[in-house]
Amino acid sequence: MINQVGGESASAFPIAANLGEPAGPRISFAMRLTHSGHPRLLSDGPAITTGSLEVALFITCFNDTLFPATGKAVVQLLERLGHRVEFPLEQTCCGQMHGNNGYAVEATTLMRRFVRVFADAERIVTPSGSCAAMVREHYPRLAEGVADPGLRREVADLGGRTFELSEFLVDVLGTVDVGAVFPHRVTFHPTCHSLRLLRVGDRPVRLLQAVRDIDLVELPQAEECCGFGGTFAVKNADTSTAMLSDKIQHVRETGAEVVVAADNSCLMQIGGALARQRAGVRTMHLAEVLASR
Amino acid sequence: MKGFPEQARVELQNPQLRRNLGVATSAIQAKRERAVAELDDWERLREAGAAIKTRALADLPRQLERLEAAVVAAGGIVHWARDAAEACAHVTRIARDHQVDEVLKVKSMATDEIGLNDALGAAGVEAIETDLAELIVQLAGDTPSHILVPAIHRNREEIRRLFARTIASGESLTSEPADLAAAARRHLRARFLRARMAVSGANFGVAETGTVVVVESEGNGRMCVTLPDVLVTVMGIEKVLPDWRDLEVMLQLLPRSSTAERMNPYTSLWTGVREKDGPREFHLILLDNGRTDTLADEVGRQALRCIRCSACLNVCPVYTRTGGHAYDSVYPGPIGAILTPQLRGLRAAPTLPWASSLCGACYDVCPVKIDIPSVLIHLRGRVARERARTDPESAAMRLIGRVFADRRRYERAQRLLRLGRGPLGRGAATVPGPLRAWTTSREQPHIPAQNFREWWLAR
Repeated sequence: MINQVGGESASAFPIAANLGEPAGPRISFAMRLTHSGHPRLLSDGPAITTGSLEVALFITCFNDTLFPATGKAVVQLLERLGHRVEFPLEQTCCGQMHGNNGYAVEATTLMRRFVRVFADAERIVTPSGSCAAMVREHYPRLAEGVADPGLRREVADLGGRTFELSEFLVDVLGTVDVGAVFPHRVTFHPTCHSLRLLRVGDRPVRLLQAVRDIDLVELPQAEECCGFGGTFAVKNADTSTAMLSDKIQHVRETGAEVVVAADNSCLMQIGGALARQRAGVRTMHLAEVLASR
Repeated sequence: MKGFPEQARVELQNPQLRRNLGVATSAIQAKRERAVAELDDWERLREAGAAIKTRALADLPRQLERLEAAVVAAGGIVHWARDAAEACAHVTRIARDHQVDEVLKVKSMATDEIGLNDALGAAGVEAIETDLAELIVQLAGDTPSHILVPAIHRNREEIRRLFARTIASGESLTSEPADLAAAARRHLRARFLRARMAVSGANFGVAETGTVVVVESEGNGRMCVTLPDVLVTVMGIEKVLPDWRDLEVMLQLLPRSSTAERMNPYTSLWTGVREKDGPREFHLILLDNGRTDTLADEVGRQALRCIRCSACLNVCPVYTRTGGHAYDSVYPGPIGAILTPQLRGLRAAPTLPWASSLCGACYDVCPVKIDIPSVLIHLRGRVARERARTDPESAAMRLIGRVFADRRRYERAQRLLRLGRGPLGRGAATVPGPLRAWTTSREQPHIPAQNFREWWLAR
């Protein structure tokens, strides 16, 4: 078969359409994928709550150590919405790096630890799509490898109590307008594990659309991986960089000042290249935008 | 042996390859999305496809014996091949028995996998590829870089120059697809009429009826399976479908996923031999070559469901940049990264399970729902468990595991990391290791003076 495919590119080029227009949300993500079916949301129906809730923050080791501003923003945001935040100090790492690289023994140890640390938390919120996916999607598989039916039950129960931030805001609190103000041109990178493991769909975009004075522009080829992939970024640094350079090109096409995502690992990759290129574009976690006033 | 990272580094430096691949895969990918969106039961078709293949694999010995009995009953001859050498020996012997010095080839992954063309060449038999893209690859002395579109790394102008040098020398040739196809047609037509033996692969083999199915776009495969006297099919044992009606699902899944067509132009089905109609002799070679080993792995075995559509290649952010050659494997892309280490053994392809960012795009498009990211993680585990305890990565992972397993050790490590804020951090980026790999294209993240838990305790 001869390769005679045409040269058309699927993505719309948003800059021209946006120049000179009044600021305001104009993003229209075609999120085709539906939510993976969070156990709690499925069994209890819309779990929208109005009263003050107690929330256990799972900060992730990565944010704790390198991106504390994101954690502070989550605390500020949830408290502003009238909820109480707890931070279990015993927490360390969910074991994603070990799990994704085939070190199941270490990952299982960290999973058991996580189950213990968050045993009493009624609801756990984390500002990381991939760490939430570790707990919800990968823990059950890891637990299958252990002859301990009790652990399997605990892990299933834990999954039902764990929420990525945008899921918690939209599904549990039933809000998209969190009262944020952010007068900047922003583009949003949806991140692979949020999209394809958690299936958060357009929740983060709906939250951003409700932010006052934001100028939200669609990122071309938004659903394509930025090339981070944990150890992939260093084990396959050349391929990772090739993926990243295309992502950066798409970011720059938008004319955005700020790239937003719900995972700081992807933002470290994207931001690392933007900084290296002195691109004059900064990265910011979704929580920090939502906490801005 | 070079691994994927090194091979990829070479391929990534080829701007023509990047451009050709990017244009071709994004167009196929967009077309596939439209073709799939036409069906409101696509998700149910995927479920059915996965279930059919899972059932066939769970009952493989019986299904293969049913297939053998049905093929023999229809006048065919069945051979069993444990590995590539046995399969090649069968084909070579059949060619010798019929005293042919050339055989036509239908595009086939299985015959690429066993290196049939070289084996035939060594026995003095010329293999003539008849699929246009395979012909291009063969004329260029190249290897395929895509399952469906083997010459995806070449553009029209490159092909025009190749043809002008080989099969169309002296002819005036433009780079229009119709012109290039016409040149190939002139070259192949004489061979179709002359050759007495052809070799094909199989998309499916139906146990119930003994029918072999080949799906294609050009009609050259149809020529091969109808004109010569002798037809030999090399079929991986995982290609068996229990029942005729299973084709209803598979023939919807495959074309939409691979060429983004509702139906492919040519679907050839044949059952044994028939008087005065098509080949007079039909041989079916059932190829194992690592498949039963793969079947023994409870997680990895789902790779055997693959119907070679290549949708996972077109959507993969790694494949679409490196191309197929970086995988050093007949099966490239995400499916190759889980199939090759299992068929050839992990020691033959230890870097392939890491040739992925685990973005999950491949799983979403797979028509038989192979959870490629999970199999990659599983194979990483098998590689990691074979590593010596002294292996630097293994030792580092154990150490980090111990740090994370204890709050005090974790907090101490956080404070230690802060030393990286000074000259020590800049120094570390100059020695080979993860930090240097990171900083070749990106700035190091800023290490904050106060981490989150310190802020929490102080507030």
